[in-house]
Amino acid sequence: MRNEANSVNQTLPPNSFRTGPDEQGMFGMFGGRFVAETLMPLILELEEEWKRAKADPAFQAELAHLNAHYTGRPSPMYFAERLTAHLGGAKIYFKRDELNHTGSHKINNCLGQILLAKRMGKTRIIAETGAGQHGVASATVSARFGFPCEVYMGATDVQRQAPNVFRMKLLGAKVHPVTAGHGTLKDAMNEALRDWVTNVDDTYYLIGTAAGPHPYPELVRTFQSVIGAEAREQMLALEGRLPDMIIAAVGGGSNAIGLFHPFLDDKEVRIVGVEAGGKGLDGEEHCASLTAGSPGVLHGNRTYLLQDGDGQIKEGHSISAGLDYPGIGPEHSWLKDTGRVEYVPIMDSEALDAFQLLTKLEGIIPALEPSHALAEVIKRAPKMRKDEIIVMNLCGRGDKDIFTVGKILGVEL
Amino acid sequence: MSTRIDATFARLKAENRPALVTYFMGGDPDYATSLSIMRALPRSGSDIIELGMPFSDPMADGPAIQMAGMRALKGGQTLAKTLQLARDFRAEDDTTPIVMMGYYNPIYIYGVDRFLVDAKASGIDGLIVVDLPREMDAELCIPAVKAGLNFIRLATPTTDEKRLPAVLENTSGFVYYVSMTGITGSAIADTSKVNAAVTRIKGHTALPVCVGFGVKTAEQARLIGKAADGVVVGTAIINAIANVLTPDGTPTADPAEAVATLVSGLAEGVRRARAA
Repeated sequence: MRNEANSVNQTLPPNSFRTGPDEQGMFGMFGGRFVAETLMPLILELEEEWKRAKADPAFQAELAHLNAHYTGRPSPMYFAERLTAHLGGAKIYFKRDELNHTGSHKINNCLGQILLAKRMGKTRIIAETGAGQHGVASATVSARFGFPCEVYMGATDVQRQAPNVFRMKLLGAKVHPVTAGHGTLKDAMNEALRDWVTNVDDTYYLIGTAAGPHPYPELVRTFQSVIGAEAREQMLALEGRLPDMIIAAVGGGSNAIGLFHPFLDDKEVRIVGVEAGGKGLDGEEHCASLTAGSPGVLHGNRTYLLQDGDGQIKEGHSISAGLDYPGIGPEHSWLKDTGRVEYVPIMDSEALDAFQLLTKLEGIIPALEPSHALAEVIKRAPKMRKDEIIVMNLCGRGDKDIFTVGKILGVEL
Repeated sequence: MSTRIDATFARLKAENRPALVTYFMGGDPDYATSLSIMRALPRSGSDIIELGMPFSDPMADGPAIQMAGMRALKGGQTLAKTLQLARDFRAEDDTTPIVMMGYYNPIYIYGVDRFLVDAKASGIDGLIVVDLPREMDAELCIPAVKAGLNFIRLATPTTDEKRLPAVLENTSGFVYYVSMTGITGSAIADTSKVNAAVTRIKGHTALPVCVGFGVKTAEQARLIGKAADGVVVGTAIINAIANVLTPDGTPTADPAEAVATLVSGLAEGVRRARAA
């Protein structure tokens, strides 16, 4: 069945790549609503409210206002002159979502969802977080709108992302370390779902990535698509044309789908998603679910997963806590199978080198997540012509990662 | 189509008592021990067996069942071995209904068609798959019913009057009413509220209604069994097993014996449920 779906998709590309998901929340065979009955009425309620909000100009206006005046959008489109000269190929632009309030693209989604929570009359926010960027953004919008907020975070991630844990606490959120499994994002998501199934009446689950049961992948994508929509306009203004290639890192895949979606039907734009190759795809220590995984069902959706032959989910590994997830948003799975987007792995060591290069050449400390995308840019740009253009989503700043990087480089902080 | 489940409820109706439905995790803490636990269940008064399929990410389960699943997986349990467990059990018992309970991914990876053939051949009577709501019926529910297996659906306190008929459609064997919004092993809600919910569901279906999540004692089983056609006990059984295991999963006493003692008490509870 899997192969059939693949071959049909590959021989008959859709007329548009931007119409999904369907009524059942499917992108081809991916997505869906694989949740316990207890949650099903909540998800249907969310879908209804989301439909109303989308069509409500007041909702759109409030979100646009917050994006402009709270987050600081539009984020700049920056020509990385020295990096471009250093690599000697394509012109490299960064979509600078790391300059957003809270330091990453996560705020785009959180503002949209907190407005939905408010519309739905919910009084409590829960969230899962890996690197802590989504946790910080959730705690931030909860503080801004006066909601109590509880964040589930794997115990391993609590350790390696201590600055973000403290930020969340300062913002008034309660952080629950999750010790199950390897104590990373997957385990945090399980625990958040357990909280939600227990506190169905008052709680809004603010999912941080474009994954989970329908309608989350669609609504997170929509809130993040502000990145791609701005990038498109900015490129037309700066260069008078669209870029030849756009690149973003994929963990769950929200910053990537946000950049990609507005470009999906621009056939001349090549699109590349970069997965965490960890310590290499030969062993178990990576998070390259699209490159090395297979379709399965987890956390409410069917998507590519790292799993064993019995359908048990594997624990991934990445130097970057934000990419340390064995799944991927379902739309990315579909974009992979249709061939519209190319997905490639980048190893921990390559990301670390890219992190240091950008810091020295451009005076920008990137987060380890976009450092993966950057490592792919470093590979591709020299092979491209000087009149070609790459746009990379610089989706987070690296302040949170200096301790991790310091430790690897043998520097005591 | 009549299954062992239908036959069991018909018999219990004649006896005027609710069913005792017992859950345990296949392969916890190892294959041989869990087979001895499974065999102890009907001997000590269980009417229907729920055979847990371990999954790495059981998002509707509390810590006790999560740990049981981890022990089983660590012991090398797979879906194929859980089916084998049912076959080994069936060699000695061809009447006690077996319902496999778990999450969809291991079945999806095993292959739905192949799984249904093997489940039927292994003497499985029904399936409960937590993360397949009504909206995903095409995945497994409809093929399972066609293959002659009961597909038992969960109804919950969030399943309102409007949604209930849709949830009951394609459900067979029995309806599993989840006593609370929450994960397995939490404290049970007010039993009178649960009984009112059971009565509400019975207004929509002729199927037996069993109640689970949070039932731990014989007294709770008795109270729930007043209105319900069956009482499901899971976490308490898992705990009885865990209590006689060292942290690395080695038994310090016979887990089957510990389960038998607990289940005998629960069986007495359900037998007193309808007494005047």
